[in-house]
Amino acid sequence: MNRQIRLLGAGLMLLFVALFVNLNYLQVVHAGSLNSNPLNGEAVVKEYTAQRGNIISADGVTLATSVPSNDSFKYLRQYPTGALFEQITGYFSFTYGSDGAERTYDKVLTGKKSPFKLPTSIEGLKNFLTNTNASQSITLTVLDKLQTVARAGLAGRLGSVVAIEPKTGAVLAMYSNPTFDPNRLATHSAAGAEAAYKAISATPGGILDPPAYRQTWFPGSSFKIITTSALYDHDPILTTQVQPRLAALPLPQTTLELHNFAGEVCGGNLMELFTVSCDTGFGQLGLSLGAQNLYSEANAFGFDQKPPLDLPFAAASNFPAASTFAQALPTLAYSAIGQEDVQATPLEMALVGAGIANGGVIMAPHILDHVTNSQNQTVETYTPTKWLTATSPATAASVTSLMESVVNSPNGTGTAAAIPGVTVAGKTGTAQTGTGRTDDWFVAFAPAQDPQIAVSVVLPDQPAGTEYQGGTLAAPIAKAMIQTYLSSQPPTLKSNG
Amino acid sequence: MSRDYLAGAPMPARRRTELGLIILVVILTGGLYALAGFGKAGNLPANIGPFLAVLFALLVIAHLAMRRLAPNADPILLPVAGLLNGIGYVFIARLSPHEARLQAFWTFMGIAVFIGTLVVVRRARYLERFRYTFAFLGIGLLLLPLVPGIGENINGARLWIHLGSFNFQPGELAKLALAVFFASVMVERADLLSRGTRRFGRFLVLDPRYLAPMLVAWGLSLVIFLAENDLGSSFLFFALFIGMLWVATGRMYYLGLGAGMFAVGAVLALKVIGHAQSRVQSWLDPWAHAQTTGYQILQGIFSISGGGIWGVGPGQSSASHIPEASTDLIFAVIAGEIGLIGATAVLIAYMLLVGTGLRVAIRCENPFEKLLAAGLALVVGVQTFVIVGGVTRLIPLTGITLPFVSYGGSSLIANYLLLALLVRISHDVESPLARVQPELVTV
Repeated sequence: MNRQIRLLGAGLMLLFVALFVNLNYLQVVHAGSLNSNPLNGEAVVKEYTAQRGNIISADGVTLATSVPSNDSFKYLRQYPTGALFEQITGYFSFTYGSDGAERTYDKVLTGKKSPFKLPTSIEGLKNFLTNTNASQSITLTVLDKLQTVARAGLAGRLGSVVAIEPKTGAVLAMYSNPTFDPNRLATHSAAGAEAAYKAISATPGGILDPPAYRQTWFPGSSFKIITTSALYDHDPILTTQVQPRLAALPLPQTTLELHNFAGEVCGGNLMELFTVSCDTGFGQLGLSLGAQNLYSEANAFGFDQKPPLDLPFAAASNFPAASTFAQALPTLAYSAIGQEDVQATPLEMALVGAGIANGGVIMAPHILDHVTNSQNQTVETYTPTKWLTATSPATAASVTSLMESVVNSPNGTGTAAAIPGVTVAGKTGTAQTGTGRTDDWFVAFAPAQDPQIAVSVVLPDQPAGTEYQGGTLAAPIAKAMIQTYLSSQPPTLKSNG
Repeated sequence: MSRDYLAGAPMPARRRTELGLIILVVILTGGLYALAGFGKAGNLPANIGPFLAVLFALLVIAHLAMRRLAPNADPILLPVAGLLNGIGYVFIARLSPHEARLQAFWTFMGIAVFIGTLVVVRRARYLERFRYTFAFLGIGLLLLPLVPGIGENINGARLWIHLGSFNFQPGELAKLALAVFFASVMVERADLLSRGTRRFGRFLVLDPRYLAPMLVAWGLSLVIFLAENDLGSSFLFFALFIGMLWVATGRMYYLGLGAGMFAVGAVLALKVIGHAQSRVQSWLDPWAHAQTTGYQILQGIFSISGGGIWGVGPGQSSASHIPEASTDLIFAVIAGEIGLIGATAVLIAYMLLVGTGLRVAIRCENPFEKLLAAGLALVVGVQTFVIVGGVTRLIPLTGITLPFVSYGGSSLIANYLLLALLVRISHDVESPLARVQPELVTV
């Protein structure tokens, strides 16, 4: 009988292995889709009825709050600032789930788990071990005041404004058009939420994907910040070359030419090229620099990487792989001026500005400042962390002086951003989209000697004019942002320490 | 084969190991109980002190009884059962304090039955003499719920009986009685059963005379299935019979035949019973019946998937919406709250229990005890597979308890009885002197 008993053991072992494999399937492989299954109503209702803390701006404005409701959901989520902060707070909808900070910080708001892996305080440990609903509020780094200025600056036009504190990576403002009022999705009326969702998704401009960090455009000449940085880092001799004065640059491997904007003739040393945003000069510098150098610089500045923003689904900006240029050198010249297949999110361009401002180090962008418990005691504070070392302090200093010239020289393209008494460093971008329209950018930071704020502004798909519209349309918005931020006493963000 | 035991570890070493394991079990269970209380109410359970004391006392009493009554038995059996019982209690307490109080009482009774069995059954082979008593008892217990007046329908299945204010699931005890009966008959008839073929023209076919017991077992399990709607017990009973028959004879055709008969029975039953149909429907496509027959299995699945690798934490899931959370679906709550890690640990505990049972069987020299030990291990293994597989939708969900863990008096008592039998056989196996000179060993 021993043979049979051994076989029986093996058979039972096989059954238990089947149970174990199935458990893995349910709890690991398939868990995500089961947890978000619409039939998993109990889980949703349970989550939805949990008390949720407030979301508060850095300057004390309540952005999201829960008010008691007399229905089975217990609380109605409300967004007092409406559409202004939608792309940061996101929404919390019974029917459509959640997005934005509501999604990232869901467990923090309901008090279930600490945002940082292991609890460090007695209170945190207690929350970790219990399901007593200790809802917590989160205070963001974003300022209502700056958000309002961004909205006023865009004045209803399609576009995004992102402002970052260079030293910490704290997002000070992030506003885009189009946007919508999250209260429309938070409603407890299923029919109301459905109608709103249909209307919102039908709006052109990918409204459910916040343009500031999930959509990309041609950065155009604002990308010359990276091209210039690449010159200093990879081939410093090129920074001392003087480019011939041209209206059009003959391109290799083809009979095509790269034309300056509006048929202008330009050339000269790097300072002259950068100040007037000379495309022929930078096209030639890009060709001299080579694809690999340009690619690795773009990569060092965060292109082709998903930024570690604490909001869901942040998009990566795109710079083509170096190998794609071997048989297509003309596209390298175009890529050096931020055209062709180069695509960037407004957040990425703000981070590029912030990296130069912060001596070459890009801090991880974040919207969370600190978490408070129901007794209004701070339980957790965000600790700024480095994301990338984009370049050296020396290169950053050189690029900064070039960017100052864009704003301060009489012939600079960004003079509209000049602020009396404050040295503003900036770079315009007016990218041709190929349809006779332009994506207009301005990337800036100030004060240049001790940067407090870095801003990127994009107004995509504007009708092309005769001038550098990055300077005329986008720069004034950046100027307003900088002025507002510097003129007020900056709030003491806890994460500064 | 038994030579090495003469030189093996002396008796106190095994029992010391057992005591060490019991202390470990008390620490583990106590920690889990504290975390579950904390998770649910935000503070330590008020009765954590008495809980630990009683748990420790119960296991130590059983341990002391074993020192006296079965000193050479395997040291793993009791601590593993205690661990499972403890984990079960923690989750029952976290679901229903009322049921937890009853479970504590039944645990006490279970330990009493465990010790009582060791006192009464001095040699497992003595049970062989009462084979027909056990046959009568087993079949009677299986059919008892059908008796008008004491049988009761719960959740579409008639597998309960009333006795005064107690509800009792006699099928739990029936499986033990039948295991004893099967073991004694099959061992005696093993030669006949394995030779029972007849040449019929060019084919070898099973002699109808030896087919008869199979048909009887099959008929009986169909009756349980059809009349009591108890798919789980029916399958367990039939699997026990076929499994033991195969172990006794080594004839693969019994396995094949058994599988075929089970398939025929299942198809037959599906045509007839609405209860069984809905069970299968809700297994194949619970999503289509999410609010009706698929509700229970889906709530279990959602609880399990919500647990992920680490679980949501003891006491921290809502679990209130899971039907039968403390009995049939307790594994879903466990997997949800202590995650893949904890659920796997529980499965490993069962594998230890089953593996130890089979090892006892292999070492056994008395064929009756050997087959009985294998049968008992088989019952634990198959029952665990049927309910855990049901809850995780590997197979259709049937109402059957998770041994030692689920809430339920009959289940606990039956499983402690089973444990006592394994312990008794294990002691006999590991007492080589007793075989040679029984009078030298005083117990």
